[in-house]
Amino acid sequence: MTVDTYDRRASWRLALRNPLTLISAVILAVIVLAALTADRIAPYGVNKIDVPNALQPPSGAHLFGTDELGRDIFSRVLVGTHASLEVAAASVTFAFFVGVTLGAVAGYRGGWLDTVLMRVIDVMFAFPVLLLALAIVAVLSPGSTTTILAIGIVYTPIFARVARASTLSVRIEPFVAVSRTLGTGNVLILRRHILPNIASPVIVQTSLSLAFAILSEAALSFLGLGLQPPEPSWGRMLFDAQGFVHLAWWMSVFPGLAIFVTALAFNLLGDGLRDVLDPKQRTLLDARRKR
Amino acid sequence: MRKVALSSRDLRVRIGAREILRGISLEVEHGQTLGIVGESGSGKSMTVLAATGLLDAPGAEVTGSSVLMGEAGSAPVQLVGASGRVLRTVHGGRIGFVFQDPGTSLNPLLTLERQISESLEAHRGLTRRSARARALELLDAVGLPDPADRLNNYPHQLSGGQRQRVMIAIALACDPELLIADEPTTALDVTTQAQIIELVRQLQRDFGAAVVWVSHDLGVIGQVADSVTVLHNGEAVEQAPVLDVFDRPQHPYTRELLEASPRIDGDVAPPHEDAPVLLKVSGLDVRYSVTGPVGSTVVHAVRDLSFEIRRATTLGLVGESSSGKSTVAAALTGLVKPHAGTASLAGTDVFTVRRADERALRRRISLVMQDPFASLDPRARVGAAVAEPLYVHQLAKGKRQRRERVAELLELVGLPADFASRYPHELSGGQRQRVSIARALAVQPELLILDESTASLDVSAQANILDLLSQLQLDHNLTYLFITHNLAVVRRMSHDVMVMRVGAVVEYRPAAELFAAPEQDYTRALLAAVPPARPRASADPR
Repeated sequence: MTVDTYDRRASWRLALRNPLTLISAVILAVIVLAALTADRIAPYGVNKIDVPNALQPPSGAHLFGTDELGRDIFSRVLVGTHASLEVAAASVTFAFFVGVTLGAVAGYRGGWLDTVLMRVIDVMFAFPVLLLALAIVAVLSPGSTTTILAIGIVYTPIFARVARASTLSVRIEPFVAVSRTLGTGNVLILRRHILPNIASPVIVQTSLSLAFAILSEAALSFLGLGLQPPEPSWGRMLFDAQGFVHLAWWMSVFPGLAIFVTALAFNLLGDGLRDVLDPKQRTLLDARRKR
Repeated sequence: MRKVALSSRDLRVRIGAREILRGISLEVEHGQTLGIVGESGSGKSMTVLAATGLLDAPGAEVTGSSVLMGEAGSAPVQLVGASGRVLRTVHGGRIGFVFQDPGTSLNPLLTLERQISESLEAHRGLTRRSARARALELLDAVGLPDPADRLNNYPHQLSGGQRQRVMIAIALACDPELLIADEPTTALDVTTQAQIIELVRQLQRDFGAAVVWVSHDLGVIGQVADSVTVLHNGEAVEQAPVLDVFDRPQHPYTRELLEASPRIDGDVAPPHEDAPVLLKVSGLDVRYSVTGPVGSTVVHAVRDLSFEIRRATTLGLVGESSSGKSTVAAALTGLVKPHAGTASLAGTDVFTVRRADERALRRRISLVMQDPFASLDPRARVGAAVAEPLYVHQLAKGKRQRRERVAELLELVGLPADFASRYPHELSGGQRQRVSIARALAVQPELLILDESTASLDVSAQANILDLLSQLQLDHNLTYLFITHNLAVVRRMSHDVMVMRVGAVVEYRPAAELFAAPEQDYTRALLAAVPPARPRASADPR
């Protein structure tokens, strides 16, 4: 039935009935909560150096062990959550607004504007993600704002494409034509009719992009171009752990695990949302469930 | 001797807790046609699918019995709950199917020869060569011109009517005992529909198959059926020979259906010759350039069209698909730019309006489209849809006044005011079309263009909407441009009628004159193709 395809609340309820989606949503909620309260719940100071206790394996006192300067890895992973999520969220928000605006306008207007915007985006697509981010960071100086900007710019084309593709199919719908015959202006049509109707694929893209943004931030920091020490970040911690892989496995495993779990959770949530928000997938899902 | 071909007893389908079919029994004899008629959602298609073992809806549970009796030599087969292997030997071999949409029922990647010979090779074990000979025979039998050349054609090279002929050829390939036709003419123009009806009747005489014909259109059922089953909400409310159903309907729902069907021999509105002219169009010419993979071509959609509409009257614009009738609506509402021509709405030029005046002009002409599902934004509540023109043209100050006006408009089209907070998917097709009309009326237009506005509605909903439109015209002196392919609807609504074909006018006269004595052959052909209100069986006893 097409009838309830558009009922977004029903979609969310259906999404949470999928155990995998539910689990990833719960994990993400815990991660966000940890990020928000990290400074208060961290058992040790992030940069509290305790050289006598350097390179301690995981124990009751230090859940994830300590690093070469005796800093508590559990505390650093917790506080790193904040930095990683912040960078990911800010960069995806940037990409979302710029990309969706460009894509929707290009798709709706068509003609030369569409051609020019989309060729620019094709060019951006032609660069490997990290290479482009590296170039941007190299031009500006490394730091949290630069990282956000770099990742944001890199993910803008994806949002632009998703938004444009959906806009192309929505703008030929009769209800858009009717609005035009009523004399409704283009801006109002975009806001009232186009944006709400392209929201589903864009929401899915947001969730998937958050996963990639977490990975990109880690990669940039690992290369020393992301967040700068002593600010803890997962990627930076991996970088610092390089020399100690044989001596202290916990230094690399726990930050790596944090990256892995967060990225996986965002990916699974994105898949779950796609299942319910994409009408075609949705019917398949219903069918599977009923059998 | 009469022999039963298919006998279904107490068919029930439930999906989850919902019972979709509630105990339907059918019987159809060799050489006879059973018509199944009902409105959308009545379970027509579900009935034939369940009866033939084709129902493959997730979670659907079919009970009852449906037996394909078989002629001499072939054994009776129980189809309900039969294994996939049994069904495969029956479908295509002993039961042939023709579905509604000839555009999607054919595989676009196969030639006609391959599509037709598929079941021949599977069921009859014919060699490729003899299958080709048989395919040729079949294409000839279904009246496709140049069948030998057509064998190597692909579906996109055929028109809709020709594709439906090919579907029928495929269905008949193995001489089935039973032919299931599910709305086979609904997507076709009336003239093509008449040809397909004639074709199936003739083939039935030649091949002697039993036919189950499903349709929402009582006129079509009257033309094809020997006996009729009327479905309503998954129940067979009336089962009788076709004449009894038309002449002595027993169930109130059947009577309702019969009354709601627009009649080609009904009353015609008298012309209003003294009313002033509201819209005068002359020399309208519209060309589209269509860019395909092999360069662009120009489609000449409307050629040198001139007409006028008087205030408070209706001009009916009739034509088959691709006659250019919707393009006229698109040009008048600014959706396409005409190539040449002028249109004057009470003195204002419609086509060369300046940008600054465009918005004011849009207020004066509004449009109601065909598809009530697609012409409302699925994400916007009914209230927001109706309020949009009020907001755009600042016809109501502030939220409260807008809300009051929306309630007023909904009431005007016969909907309760609390519908404003609903979403389109919570409404039926007829209710949605009322919302579209309310939205179009919000700007108090001088001209209302109705582009196939009742075409996708059930007959009873259509009758209600037509009543509403007539009443609104009387009460508010509205002027309509009524675009449709349905001559019976045009007759009911229009003061003047213009018949179009491939972008040009064929005949343009007051409705009473045109229906009484059509001058052009094409108009006569269109009128002749409309299924008459009386069933054919009365004139042609078999």
